[in-house]
Amino acid sequence: MGEGGRLILLGRIRGRAIAALPLLPFFAVVAIFLIVPTITVIVSAVFDEGRFSLARLQALFSETALSALGKSVLLSGSTALLGAILGALLAWLVVSRPAESLVRRTVLSLCSVLAQFGGVALAFAFLATIGLNGVLTLWVQEHLGWNLAGSGWLYGLPGLILVYTYFQIPLMVIVFLPALEGLREQWREAAVSLGASTWQYWREVAVPLLTPAFLGSALLLFANAFAAYATAAALVSQGSPIVPLLIRSALTSEVVLGQAGFAYALALEMIVVVAVVMVAYNLLVRRTARWLR
Amino acid sequence: MTTGVGVELNDLTRVYGTVRALDGLTLHIEPGEFVALLGPSGCGKTTALRILAGLDEATSGTVSVGGRDVTSVPANKRDMGMVFQAYSLFPHLTALENVEFGLKMRGRAKGDRTTRATEMLDLVGLSAHLNKYATELSGGQQQRVALARALAIQPSVLLLDEPLSALDAKVRTQLRDEIRRVQLEVGTTTVFVTHDQEEALAVADRVGVMSQGRLEQLAPPAEVYADPATPFVAEFVGLNNKVPAEVTSGQAHLLGMSVPTLAGSISSGAGTALLRPESVTVTADPAGTSTVKSVAFLGPISRVYVALADGAVIDAQLTSAAARGFEPGAPVTVGVEQTRLLVV
Amino acid sequence: MRTAARGALWLLFGAFFLFPLYAMADFSTRNLIKGGRTGAAWANLFADDALYQAIVTSLLLAVLTVVAMLVVLVPTMIWVRLRTPWAKGVVEFMCLLPLTIPALVIVVGLKNVYLWVTYLLGESALTLTFVYVVVVLPFAYRALDAALSAIDLKTLAEAARSLGAGWPTTMLRVVVPNIWSGVLSAAFISVAVVLGEYTIASLSGFQTLQVQIVAIGKSDGPTSVAASLAVLLFGFVLLLGLSLLTRRRRSS
Repeated sequence: MGEGGRLILLGRIRGRAIAALPLLPFFAVVAIFLIVPTITVIVSAVFDEGRFSLARLQALFSETALSALGKSVLLSGSTALLGAILGALLAWLVVSRPAESLVRRTVLSLCSVLAQFGGVALAFAFLATIGLNGVLTLWVQEHLGWNLAGSGWLYGLPGLILVYTYFQIPLMVIVFLPALEGLREQWREAAVSLGASTWQYWREVAVPLLTPAFLGSALLLFANAFAAYATAAALVSQGSPIVPLLIRSALTSEVVLGQAGFAYALALEMIVVVAVVMVAYNLLVRRTARWLR
Repeated sequence: MTTGVGVELNDLTRVYGTVRALDGLTLHIEPGEFVALLGPSGCGKTTALRILAGLDEATSGTVSVGGRDVTSVPANKRDMGMVFQAYSLFPHLTALENVEFGLKMRGRAKGDRTTRATEMLDLVGLSAHLNKYATELSGGQQQRVALARALAIQPSVLLLDEPLSALDAKVRTQLRDEIRRVQLEVGTTTVFVTHDQEEALAVADRVGVMSQGRLEQLAPPAEVYADPATPFVAEFVGLNNKVPAEVTSGQAHLLGMSVPTLAGSISSGAGTALLRPESVTVTADPAGTSTVKSVAFLGPISRVYVALADGAVIDAQLTSAAARGFEPGAPVTVGVEQTRLLVV
Repeated sequence: MRTAARGALWLLFGAFFLFPLYAMADFSTRNLIKGGRTGAAWANLFADDALYQAIVTSLLLAVLTVVAMLVVLVPTMIWVRLRTPWAKGVVEFMCLLPLTIPALVIVVGLKNVYLWVTYLLGESALTLTFVYVVVVLPFAYRALDAALSAIDLKTLAEAARSLGAGWPTTMLRVVVPNIWSGVLSAAFISVAVVLGEYTIASLSGFQTLQVQIVAIGKSDGPTSVAASLAVLLFGFVLLLGLSLLTRRRRSS
């Protein structure tokens, strides 16, 4: 690049920098309150007292940490699967209703609330239903003599699976509905006019078209469950069966020094898992975005 | 090569709540014929097509194909090929796989399917694009693939639902001629729905003009244009001037001349004659009572707008050579060519 | 046959999702001593001082977050579309990043930042506003982006400027009224997010509504359940109202 070329390039960079000045507040907020904490976590996971050290990362392979990781994966995987299948079914029900119908809008608003804004509330919803004094528990006890709440299973992994599914299904509806809506009626009619039975249409056209979106949505559900904290924190007051709760105990523990370091390592583990899943999600979804627009 | 079959729609009615989309439509199509259904939106042409395809159910009436009553036969068993307005190609399949689809549904072997599909894509001029996906093809190319896909199964009837409406003007003309060429080669009975009269007149053997769920006229294009059966057809097809005229014993008197009337006109009294621009004569006349208002040059022809003595403006179509010399304000005499007119 | 199957499925899903909500209503109005119904738990939303304070705090936080989010995001998005289109990718990436970085991770790494924040701005829970702006970014960005894409921003802005309007006037009085549905959407969703947020507030030690609900959950079940149900209902009303509002505008 000659002298003239370099000057032009510098001039353009300067021009862009000046034009971008009004964007400073936005970048500042994002940088300070998102980027910096993330980098802090990543750096603190591998730097102990200013020196590079893998000690904190090694703690991730301790029995407690691995057990928590395993349970988190189990919880996220099972609820992602359940949520994906049942959610796709519910989404199909919703899409069969006209776009402006009140039922549809009510269901979607409810899904929005339960999926994204209900963390703590859902824990209490299930406490009120099948907790020790839950409405259903008492009713069943009175009429059928069983003890639903039993050993307090609601406060352990099985309980978490149930409650998580309660918000995974609505999330699936929200995320998967656009794909269902993108399935044009012309394709069904074209297939039918070419001789396809309903079964053949689903097998040859609808399923291949929906599969990437379905899998992508399931991945999203996995990431969502893995990163979720509020519901578990509200339900489980003692013990740390899953990774988020392990982070809680690491942060709030006053007993052992270096627990804060453990929190950083766990948080890094979380970033990695979620990032990997989200990258896979993006790759899958980008393929179908063109088809189902 | 397929020889076409005859199609009969008999007294079809389709009611949605309070709307009568079709009102006793009867339409008989000869084997191998290319019929265009023409009309404004809401006239029922698409409804009729969809009922024929089996994608919609008539409230009453029957549909017969090749002498067989198919009214209650489900759409996927009707052996018809359909081309939709747009976006009907399966996006996850290549052009070749799209064309093979109908053959796959019929259980043909893979080798067979590929041969036939390649043949069809060749017929529509897309041999170079076999392995492309819909998103990689232009609108015109997509519709060609759709046509090949519909014809691959050797349907007894080919149905086209406004296949050119979503395309650019130039592509539209090319593809319309292409469709006709292919249809003549293959010989399938074809029903072509459109709201564009130029399209309908250009390609069809017969044109069915529809309005409000009813068939107004079914005739060859020239007849629909020159001998409209009803005022609606006369006004919908081609341009019209509305000129007051007096009718006595089969003759319409207007602009100082007399011409025979068309069947369907009023039998006597005062009415309005529907006069096409190309049937208007304009001659320079210093003593003329009409004046030229403006001249629009359109290449081979020109439109001359003339104000009559009573202030009404008439639109005359002349060759540009004949229109040369007419300046705004020039006095002229307006007349009518010897042609039959509809007076309503 | 199909409709019967569909009806049955609707019923099953309806039962599964609505029963816990009914249970919450029942649980929070049970009079354990005398049997029958009591509104005591619900009255606590106002009567219980700590809870009431937490409600007020959360509502204030919601309002502040919405204002801050709009002030930061709307001009930024307009500016990017009009003046710095090359930055669109970066801005979009940053707005969607909070979806990939769990709130839990943010709060773990937030300690240092918050030392500065509390040093500069004090110890109030309202300092959570900044973090909450980041948390609502993905939802707000999508809503505003959709609204901005629906109008011809370039022409509107150029027309306004050619008539002599400065940038603030252009943005406030020309653009914003035209993306009102997007602004409302972003605002309502942000309110719902803030009212439901627990992770960051609790692990940073602030007493917001959700934190308080969990805190009293152990000792006073019915009140917690009542407060939770109130939040769910409020969020539902907000979002349903939003859905009805925006559909009507689109059709008008």
